[in-house]
Order: sequence, then C-alpha cells, then structure tokens
Amino acid sequence: MSLTRAEMAARVAADIPAGSFVNLGIGQPTTVADHLTPESGVVLHTENGMLGMGPAAGGDEVDADLINAGKIPVTELPGASYFHHADSFAMMRGGHLDVCVLGAFQVSHTGDLANWHTGAPDAIPAVGGAMDLAIGAKQVFVMMSLFAKDGTPKLVPECTYPLTGVGCVDRVYTDLAVFEVGPHGTRLVETFGVTADQLASRLDVPLVNA
Amino acid sequence: MTLVCETTDEAVAGVEDGSTVLVGGFGMAGMPVDLIEALIRQGATDLTVVSNNAGNGDTGLAALLAKGRVRKMVCSFPRQTDSWVFDGLYREGRVELEVVPQGNLAERMRAAGAGIGAFFTPTGVGTPLAGGKETREIDGRTYVLEYPIKGDVALIGAHRADRAGNLVYRKTARNFGPVMATAATTVVAQVHEVTEIGGIDPEVVVTPGIYVDRVVELR
Repeated sequence: MSLTRAEMAARVAADIPAGSFVNLGIGQPTTVADHLTPESGVVLHTENGMLGMGPAAGGDEVDADLINAGKIPVTELPGASYFHHADSFAMMRGGHLDVCVLGAFQVSHTGDLANWHTGAPDAIPAVGGAMDLAIGAKQVFVMMSLFAKDGTPKLVPECTYPLTGVGCVDRVYTDLAVFEVGPHGTRLVETFGVTADQLASRLDVPLVNA
Repeated sequence: MTLVCETTDEAVAGVEDGSTVLVGGFGMAGMPVDLIEALIRQGATDLTVVSNNAGNGDTGLAALLAKGRVRKMVCSFPRQTDSWVFDGLYREGRVELEVVPQGNLAERMRAAGAGIGAFFTPTGVGTPLAGGKETREIDGRTYVLEYPIKGDVALIGAHRADRAGNLVYRKTARNFGPVMATAATTVVAQVHEVTEIGGIDPEVVVTPGIYVDRVVELR
C-alpha cells in the first residue's frame, strides 16, 4: 500500500536523529512534528526567530506575538529561545541546523530542488526562507507525492520549474518510495506497495537499487 | 538622543516622498500598525518599502499599499492568503516587486547597519534570484554577491522602551526589528510602554538606544 500523508510524516520523523535541531517547512512538512516524541530530544527551529517551538496553540494559549513560519499561533517549550532574523538565518546558512524538511514541486536526481515558484506568467513569486534553508541545513529532506495530479513524475532528470537550490537535497520521502539523491544519482531506499521495477518504468531517472 | 514622542504623528514627521522605508514584522507579529497609519496621515508617497511580507488583510502595510503610496516592495514573501491588496496592485502593474530570499533580506540590512560594503552568500546560487549577479568560488563553493539595503526610515514594533531608547521585544514579534533598527537613518519604534531610564535591565536590552531615534508609547 502507498503511504498516506500521515504515514509519510511518520516515516520522515523516524529518520530524524535524536537530539537534532530541525526546521520543518510550511504545509505538509509541519505535520512531521506530530510524530516526534519528547524523548527524541529534537528541537524545532522556526525561521521567524525561535528554537524550542511547541505545538500549535489553542484557546487561551493563542498569543499574536508567538507564531510559526506559516503565521500559525504556536507555543513555546521549556528551554526555548528567541532571536532576530539575521541570527535565525545565520543558524541556517552557517550550517547549524541538522535537518530541514521541505515540500517540493520537483526534485532532480542529483538533488536540485524546485519548490518556490511555478514560473507561470500570472503567479506572484514568493520565496520566503526556502532558498536559505535549502542550502543551509546539514541534511535536506523533501516530502512530496511522487507523481503530480496529471501523473507526471516529480522526481526528474532536470527540474523544469525555477530552482530553489542546486544539489541541495539529500533524501526524498514520497507516498510510493524513499530515495537518496545526490551527485552519484538516485538510490532507491524503500518502496511502499510497488516494486522497484514498477517504479523504474514510471520514472525517467535511473535508479540504483538498495 | 532618543526623542520620546507624544503621538505617532510626531513620531513619523518628516518622512519625505521617495524614501526607502523599512517596515518590521513577520505577518502581523511585530508589525508597527500604528506608525503605518500615522505615515498614511503624514502623506509621504512614491515609497520603496522593505518588509518580509507585502501586507496582510486591509490594515497596516496593506492600507499603505491601498492608498497608492508604495512604488516598490522589496520582500521575501508577498503572496499570502490575505495579501489581496498587494496581489491586486501587482497584477494591475501598479507596484514593482523585488523578491529577496528571507535570509538575504535580513543580512543585506544587517550589512547596511554594520558598515559592510557587500557580501558573498551561498543562498540563491543557481536560481533566478541570483540572475545577473556576480559570483565567486571560495573554498570550492559558489557564492553570490549581495549589496546592503539601507533605509531612510525604519518603522518597527517593540514591546518596551526606556527613555534612552533601549528596546526589548516579545517572543517572535522580535523578528526583523533589531536588524532594521541598525539599518536606517531615522529609526522609529512603537512600544507598549516607555519606562524611565533604568527601567530595563541592561543585560536584557536587545536593541541599544544608540540605534533608536524616536519612540512612541501606544495608548
């Protein structure tokens, strides 16, 4: 069986080393937090200036001064810290974050990432912190469906959408398989409900089987 | 010397047409809404506004945009669920847009405040946002040259000030405030409380008063 979105989030969470400093991108990657246990000691970073971010705030906890990168009210955990934007992005760019998890439109088999702009003429470009995260974190995990709604693969020989970063992605977690990507090409780590041969026949990138 | 202003109108007096205005906030957290409303009353136009977003809803920066006072937005993330004011102006070709990766935006203002002439950053290399910019390989990695962003005016929101202009912020509303406070000729902070000198522990000051020209307490 292919993985549900929640199962994908749990699969990503299982690969985050205990004690890591982690940034979770807006949208689906945010749900990885639901599968991190307190015992893991993972500390969440949010680009708008906080380490030790807790779960989404509800009811009386909501504080307009305490939000995440998606501008959703959140909570703070014991040991949290606040800092300004230049420091927050120095943490990324300086290689201090262990893992970031991002969504994607496309990933190339050498680890190029396209996740900020479709390039459509009427689209308003907006990049946020995606480019800084993509090149900054020690490991970049992408979480996405393997195929677009029209059936075209999102793991591609070369991205056709505008790039976010070059050769920056390490692992790609999808509903059908987990891949390692990089300068040596794409390695198939694990499949869900399909065989390696079935996957290979639907993708345009050569796969190195684990 | 920091001037403690009685009103937000006094705090934004003198902003000239054509100014570059740094506006703090990430979404609405730290957004100096009262100062922006005063700037609308003050009337300066043809502005270049530097801010992470391009306005939310119909208040604050969105209201300034709606009045047609902004010639150009420099920001990282203009498009949001509630950015209809900017979206409309942009699609009608009535406002220019420069999209800057968020960390480069912060660092370009930090550089301006720190007297740095330009800097090489890995962020954006190989992407359209580095198009036409000088690159250099340093220790085997490619970097792109980025220049400082200096403001004529910075409008920021902080939590408390003392009469010497020392500022403390609250939670994630700190965001761009401390960086923008270093990067503009005239820095104006709206705060919830102005205390006497000595009312803020020197160990917890985030923005030292040297950077702050005017503060106004919201009532």
